[in-house]
Amino acid sequence: MTLTAFLILLVLAVTGYVMNRRAASALTADGTRLHSLTHFHGLYALLTVLVPVFVLICLFLILETPIINAMVMAGLPDGALDGLDTGGQQLVLAEIRSISRGRVFGTPEDWKLAAADRLVALYGWFDILLIVTVIALSLAILLFTRRRVAAEFRARQASEKIVTGLMVACSLIAILTTIGIVFALVFEAWRFFQMVPLTDFLFGANWEPQIPIREDQIAAEGAFGWLPVILGTIVISFVALFIATPIGLLSAIYLNEFAPHRIRAIVKPVLEILAGVPTVVYGFFAILVVAPALRGAGAELGVPISPNTALAAGGVMGIMLIPFISSFADDALTAVPRSLRDGSLALGATRGETMLKVLFPAAIPGIVGGVLLAVSRAIGETMIVVMAAGLMAKLTINPLDSVTTVTVQIVTLLIGDTAFDNPKTLAAFALGLMLFIITLGINVLALRIVRKYREIYD
Amino acid sequence: MNDMRRTEPTVTENTTKMQARKVQVYYGDNHAIKDVDVDIADKTVTAFIGPSGCGKSTFLRCLNRMNDTIDIARIEGDIRLDGEDIYDPKVDPVQLRAKVGMVFQKPNPFPKSIFDNVAYGPRIHGLARNKAELDVIVEKSLRRAALWDEVKDRLDAAGTSLSGGQQQRLCIARAVATNPEVLLMDEPCSALDPIATAQVEELIDDLRSRFSVVIVTHSMQQAARVSQKTAFFHLGELVEYDDTSNIFTNPKDSRTESYVTGRIG
Amino acid sequence: MTDMMDTSANAPRRTSLKGNSALVARRKRRERLLMGVGLGAILIAFTVLFILVASLVSTGYTAFVQTQVTLDVHVDPAEISEEQLPRGGFQNVLTRSVLDLLPDADPETDLRAVRGILSNGAQFALRDQVAADPSLIGQTITLTVPLSDPYDQLNKGNINRDTPESERRLNDQAVVWFDQLDQAGRISTPFNWALFTNADSRFPELAGLKGALVGSFWVLFICFAVSFPVGIGAAIYLEEFAPKNRVSDFIEVNINNLAAVPSVVFGLLALAVFLNWFGLPRSAPFVGGLTLALMTMPTIIIATRAALKAVPPSIREAALGLGASKQQVVFGHVLPLAMPGILTGTIIGLAQALGETAPLLLIGMNAFITSAPTSPFDASTALPTQIFIWADSPERGFVSRTSAAILVLLGFLVIMNALAIYLRNRFERRW
Repeated sequence: MTLTAFLILLVLAVTGYVMNRRAASALTADGTRLHSLTHFHGLYALLTVLVPVFVLICLFLILETPIINAMVMAGLPDGALDGLDTGGQQLVLAEIRSISRGRVFGTPEDWKLAAADRLVALYGWFDILLIVTVIALSLAILLFTRRRVAAEFRARQASEKIVTGLMVACSLIAILTTIGIVFALVFEAWRFFQMVPLTDFLFGANWEPQIPIREDQIAAEGAFGWLPVILGTIVISFVALFIATPIGLLSAIYLNEFAPHRIRAIVKPVLEILAGVPTVVYGFFAILVVAPALRGAGAELGVPISPNTALAAGGVMGIMLIPFISSFADDALTAVPRSLRDGSLALGATRGETMLKVLFPAAIPGIVGGVLLAVSRAIGETMIVVMAAGLMAKLTINPLDSVTTVTVQIVTLLIGDTAFDNPKTLAAFALGLMLFIITLGINVLALRIVRKYREIYD
Repeated sequence: MNDMRRTEPTVTENTTKMQARKVQVYYGDNHAIKDVDVDIADKTVTAFIGPSGCGKSTFLRCLNRMNDTIDIARIEGDIRLDGEDIYDPKVDPVQLRAKVGMVFQKPNPFPKSIFDNVAYGPRIHGLARNKAELDVIVEKSLRRAALWDEVKDRLDAAGTSLSGGQQQRLCIARAVATNPEVLLMDEPCSALDPIATAQVEELIDDLRSRFSVVIVTHSMQQAARVSQKTAFFHLGELVEYDDTSNIFTNPKDSRTESYVTGRIG
Repeated sequence: MTDMMDTSANAPRRTSLKGNSALVARRKRRERLLMGVGLGAILIAFTVLFILVASLVSTGYTAFVQTQVTLDVHVDPAEISEEQLPRGGFQNVLTRSVLDLLPDADPETDLRAVRGILSNGAQFALRDQVAADPSLIGQTITLTVPLSDPYDQLNKGNINRDTPESERRLNDQAVVWFDQLDQAGRISTPFNWALFTNADSRFPELAGLKGALVGSFWVLFICFAVSFPVGIGAAIYLEEFAPKNRVSDFIEVNINNLAAVPSVVFGLLALAVFLNWFGLPRSAPFVGGLTLALMTMPTIIIATRAALKAVPPSIREAALGLGASKQQVVFGHVLPLAMPGILTGTIIGLAQALGETAPLLLIGMNAFITSAPTSPFDASTALPTQIFIWADSPERGFVSRTSAAILVLLGFLVIMNALAIYLRNRFERRW
């Protein structure tokens, strides 16, 4: 039905363009000079119809479901919701919705069936309302714009103003996304902290969120201390950077200073390929190759290694980060002015000395920025750890042990059906909020360092 | 020869330090230097002059093989330092550059302290056995570059924090500290104001007592002021090479005359 | 002063240029060491990439073929009638035709085991054929159907005949049966079109990528439809029109940071806002596309701004000088010139979006769905989430299916990146 609405809108908008353009051309027939070209008169009509009605349809789409839900719930017989908290009410609503879709389990009460009918009817009415509104509003705007066609009307300025407005709106979406993230995380995390005290979350050393979802047990059991989870994240990130940083930096040094052109021409694209491999592939690689290999090596040495050890997940994550760090370091080294390199070589320094004593130290700020961004990536990386790291939170720093991470917990808590009223689901948002804060902090710091560094040599 | 130099510093007037024969330089397909023959005398300031793009800097960079760092550059011909072919495959450019130092057009101090900038060369070449000796070398070099009095209280400050003229003198001190035999200067004053230029010129004249100095300049006045020998380059060719006074007062080639009188440039 | 210098530590060295002092030799050794270590680092990266590809290819290539058996099926009217087609005994008919090929199998006691030779999907293939042409009932037709996973793996050599029977997924009897079918010339291994024409299934030999491919198409389509215009609009405004003040600075910092926010956080955003607040459908490619659009937008904005910056100001000045308005200049001249750069950035952004998994998991695009979606609002999987689901499945057949799916995904990524590189090389202008 929304598609129909969009189509109607498109047709009417194009009609407006043609109509106004014709009208403007008609004005020129008797020799009148227009202020703006006829095309702009048409464009003005097109835009004035398209923009507001498009926004209206989007708003309608967003608001339709919540409003209908509220109307259905308000229309329930008195007493039907007595004694139910929000969670219970949500359950009732979900049942009514599934009945309305024809999926009936057991024998629901009559008032639920009635409510389901009401729901279906309401959707029908809303659809009609949408179509009628779209047509009426579009036509009204069409008439309005048609009347404005006149020789002295500044159609170009008017349509340019609308286009500018549209571009500003596009820019605002970037900000709205950030606001949306912050708001969603803070709102849901706030609900979580009403069930589980903030101090328990921040300082608790126990993470056992898998509580049974039954109403009498909400928040009654289950431990939500995030320390073992963040510790696991740190262990895995540390392993990853321990592998990625030296390999990444050394390969950047080689590529930047020593590699012949032909080798550089091969290596650079290969590293780009490595960087473009989706993380789900690395995750599968970890469980298919790396974890069994590690376990085999452990068995040879007589060290029992668990199948989802931090070493496997961190190691594969390190591989993922190698091209990231390498390309950042390469860029930073390239940004060091050539004159410094010449200066050092002219003093009789070898290329190795030039690299280690002049170029590398000069590039340190840029490299640090890149490594920090890699840290933030490691902390926020999800698929590799979801597939290769453990689920049980353990307070350990042994990389041979199985640990879990913030992102693993977010995904496992939210996979499957999610009800937004139990601490298990909301805990994921609390973890998400912490993850966002940590990575944002690191990113801001890293980007600032990189930016400062670029300013020095620009 | 060493001992001779020390006892009779004035004798070296006629000693040839570097000798270039039939030098050709190609940048890709571009023939940048054609058939250049030059003898560079010891303890003398030799100036290369000529309009921009004439190849004087390119040729200068051949003398310590800095063109090696440019991939498309190709050099033919014969350049000798004290009779030894510097383009011999067995010659290590690193050791060559330790003997033939270079100062660049734009001051390029390393992003390190003033002390570390000057100590860079002595450290990599192992010229000082301990910290005390290094301190002595750094002080000597900074004094030689006439910078000591300005920076002696802040040797730990970043080299980049100095003014442009000071930076260039720091770069000269850095080159001098390595104790080279030839010092190449590629338009060392082009980025400096007149006062700093005067200081650096004075310094070049000082350095002559110990090094063979080759300076590329686009300023004829500068060449006249600081050099004893002058070579005029035009379109990649060495047009004329003679004592500076002859070049400016009695040029043999009409192109040289046009240039020094300001008709081409 | 000269004398002081000479008598101090650094007396003039008068060494030959070719001589190698111990110090120089040590310095050279250190340089070679650094080079060697650097080269080693690159070799490590290469080796890992090689192992990655080799392990995927070696486990995945078998999934591109499927073991099938050709049967002479007598469509027995006693089992299958036109009136009660859905309830017909298709499986019995098929099992009987297999039994005909295995003389030593007992029709009573070995019935279950023999039935297990064929894929569960075989009966549906027969049913569809009979439903399309009811006149087949009573006739004997030749039908080629897939084998079940264990036999498929046996044929592909993934089940070792030398392992003791107790540790093998197929007992000795089953191996004998397979060999008998093989000797009878009944076994064939053609290209596995089902990998692309089937949707997901519980049975590895039937599971295909159609649902995931269609789902990924819709996700990318929505992602492109939203992020491309919005990203370009934002970039043009910020680059060409926005006043340089703190607000535009803030937006810029914000966009750079957004590009580095972990993808799982975008999943949380989608779950809370799109699913919970707006009530959009779960597991729908529409929501997945919207989410990935938010993630791709910063990439497109950054690429577009770089492309716009690369257009020389002389073009703008020339057009402005002819009396064009700023917008006419930007949309008429600057934007078309910047288009190749913008498209390159967009394709790279979309390639990233195609491989993105975590946000799609959070909005439920990892559901088990056995049919391809018909609209972006139907529940569906996407390629990367399908890989995740299969990687989690225990059957041996899914391991090679997972690798195959990854190879398909990587194939698409290579094509997209190659397209981006082609565009860059073909249209990039040096000003």
